[in-house]
Amino acid sequence: MTVMTYRDALNHALREELTRDESVFLMGEEVAEYNGAYKVSRGLLDEFGPKRIVDTPITELGFAGVGVGAAMAGLRPIIEFMTWNFALLALDQVVNAAAKMLYMSNGQYKMPMVFRGPNGAALQLSAQHSQAWESWLAHIPGLKVVAPGTPADAKGLLKAAIRDDNPVVVLEGEMLYNTKGEVDENPDIVIPLGKAELKREGQHCSIITSGKMVLVALQAADQLAKQGVNVDVVDLRTIRPMDVEAIATSVAKTNRAVVVEEGWEICGIGAQVVDFIQRECFDDLDAPVVRVHQADVPMPYAKNLEKLAKPDAAKTVAAVKRVMYLED
Amino acid sequence: MAKKNTSSPAAANARDTAVAYLHSMLMQRRFEEKSAEAYAIGKIGGFCHLYIGQEAVSTGTMAALRPDDYVITAYRDHGLALARGMTANEIMAELFGRATGCSGGKGGSMHLFERKLNFLGGHGIVGGHIPIATGVAFAISYRGGDQVCVCFFGEAAVNIGAFHEALNMASLWNLPVVFIIENNRYGMGTAISRSTAQQDVVKRAASYAMIGTSVDGQDVFAVRKEMDEAIERARKEQRPTLVEVRTTRFMGHSMSDAASGTYRSKEELDQSMQRDPIVLLKTKMLSDGMITEDDYKKMDDEAKAAAQAAWDFADASPEPSPEELFTHVLSDESTVGAANNAELAGAGR
Repeated sequence: MTVMTYRDALNHALREELTRDESVFLMGEEVAEYNGAYKVSRGLLDEFGPKRIVDTPITELGFAGVGVGAAMAGLRPIIEFMTWNFALLALDQVVNAAAKMLYMSNGQYKMPMVFRGPNGAALQLSAQHSQAWESWLAHIPGLKVVAPGTPADAKGLLKAAIRDDNPVVVLEGEMLYNTKGEVDENPDIVIPLGKAELKREGQHCSIITSGKMVLVALQAADQLAKQGVNVDVVDLRTIRPMDVEAIATSVAKTNRAVVVEEGWEICGIGAQVVDFIQRECFDDLDAPVVRVHQADVPMPYAKNLEKLAKPDAAKTVAAVKRVMYLED
Repeated sequence: MAKKNTSSPAAANARDTAVAYLHSMLMQRRFEEKSAEAYAIGKIGGFCHLYIGQEAVSTGTMAALRPDDYVITAYRDHGLALARGMTANEIMAELFGRATGCSGGKGGSMHLFERKLNFLGGHGIVGGHIPIATGVAFAISYRGGDQVCVCFFGEAAVNIGAFHEALNMASLWNLPVVFIIENNRYGMGTAISRSTAQQDVVKRAASYAMIGTSVDGQDVFAVRKEMDEAIERARKEQRPTLVEVRTTRFMGHSMSDAASGTYRSKEELDQSMQRDPIVLLKTKMLSDGMITEDDYKKMDDEAKAAAQAAWDFADASPEPSPEELFTHVLSDESTVGAANNAELAGAGR
């Protein structure tokens, strides 16, 4: 095991998979000569050359479609979006082409491709650059959606995504790129898609979360532990397909649940998790499930307003106390 | 067939080529007429966009391609699929929503696919498949192959962003692709004069430092010649071309609108129909002594019989089984296609 940043973990995953399979290539804005807008692809141009590390014009819909076509013709594209905010322009290719091709063609055309990039808010980037797209993308049959929260998961899930024969959306976190953690350097280690991980064990309440909110949940868990409250932190890791069994196992043990997500409330990922809980764990619950999420507003710029809008550890602690009927 | 003008091998060759074109165009025409009939009595559902009037475009282009080249198009795809070599049976069965259809009944009229022929669909979002064509050409280039991808779309698609993005990258990266505008002058019910500031659509090519050409789309020989050049340019020089093919659809945009009387006058349509690509070819072949009226009638009867046989095949075919609802959503849940299903089945659920 080696300690490395989330950024370097992604970089290692890309390098290993590019080395492993000649049909894998990376395409996107600034991925080659600039070394990546967030330096995830640093050094890859030097190592693999311009044929496989491909700079594009600012043309998200177009290069997403190039990825789809290349996949139809047998390659394994990795399409990088500088951020998922810009990927909104490419949704026709992600949703109408990549996600549906296998079905429309009755199994004739697989889509072994990855759409990846940072998702959600960073710091004071305001409304158009701070959106979390999980629920939009996880809504679509034909896609898989992963949201790694740690360097080890970032590496293992990206490698699994590249090897998968389906279009996989990888939601990274701009605020996660510099975070550090232990990562296995063995290039054969992949983390299976669709499997959650219990990041912390407790008996009083389950916090169910993914992506950037894993760190928020772990912070909240630390604060709660000091007050004698011990929580499970269930990191979904893959949002679609969702590991319902892991959710149900945890909630059956703790009888209480809080769902933490980065995006908006209405039709959010948390709403889906709560639905699974009421279906699978109705008789286990000792309290209604509480959700923590972004305020139902476009992200404001002002630092104080942005803080108010974002889900955080304090809001998560308050939510756990609420489901435990504890005084705040 | 008439024996005249077959004294030399070249003349015999020319006759065989013309007969093949006529056969293909008649098969498309009679198939589409049968489709309209089936739609009218509810055998075919959803949207159904007929190709009648444009058959010289499909025929002339497909004749210029190799079997290992790639074809992608929009939703007016029946004629192109037939011309590429898909069977009338598998297409009609798809239109009928049957298990024997080329897409197992899951795609329908707008989503015909045939991997064996590198026929990449049948796409329903205007312009959405144009970047995909650029991607196919990218893959050809990536592997150092000498195939070509041809991409068909209507003239109204030049106004959508995907067209611009796709052509820019294809030229920038020297990709072997031919973009073919089937200019029938109407995007659904909107005349080109009401939708497009620069009606000379092939001028768009200059914006991408790409060669652009125009050709009479009712003349199958002219189409073939133009496509030969564009395909050669893609194959040998790795340069894309934008080809405008000027044509007319003799029917409405889909089965939902009349051929004329609303957005298009009867006079205009009647005038365009004077240049029916099949009649033009037939007339030339008769005057060149390649066929007789009897030969023509025989070929036409065969095409009509093939269309009827396709109807019968489709009508007798089973609907997809209910289990098919859930297959091919993901490769690892499917029972067909992926060689590594078993391996992925454990990981992906």
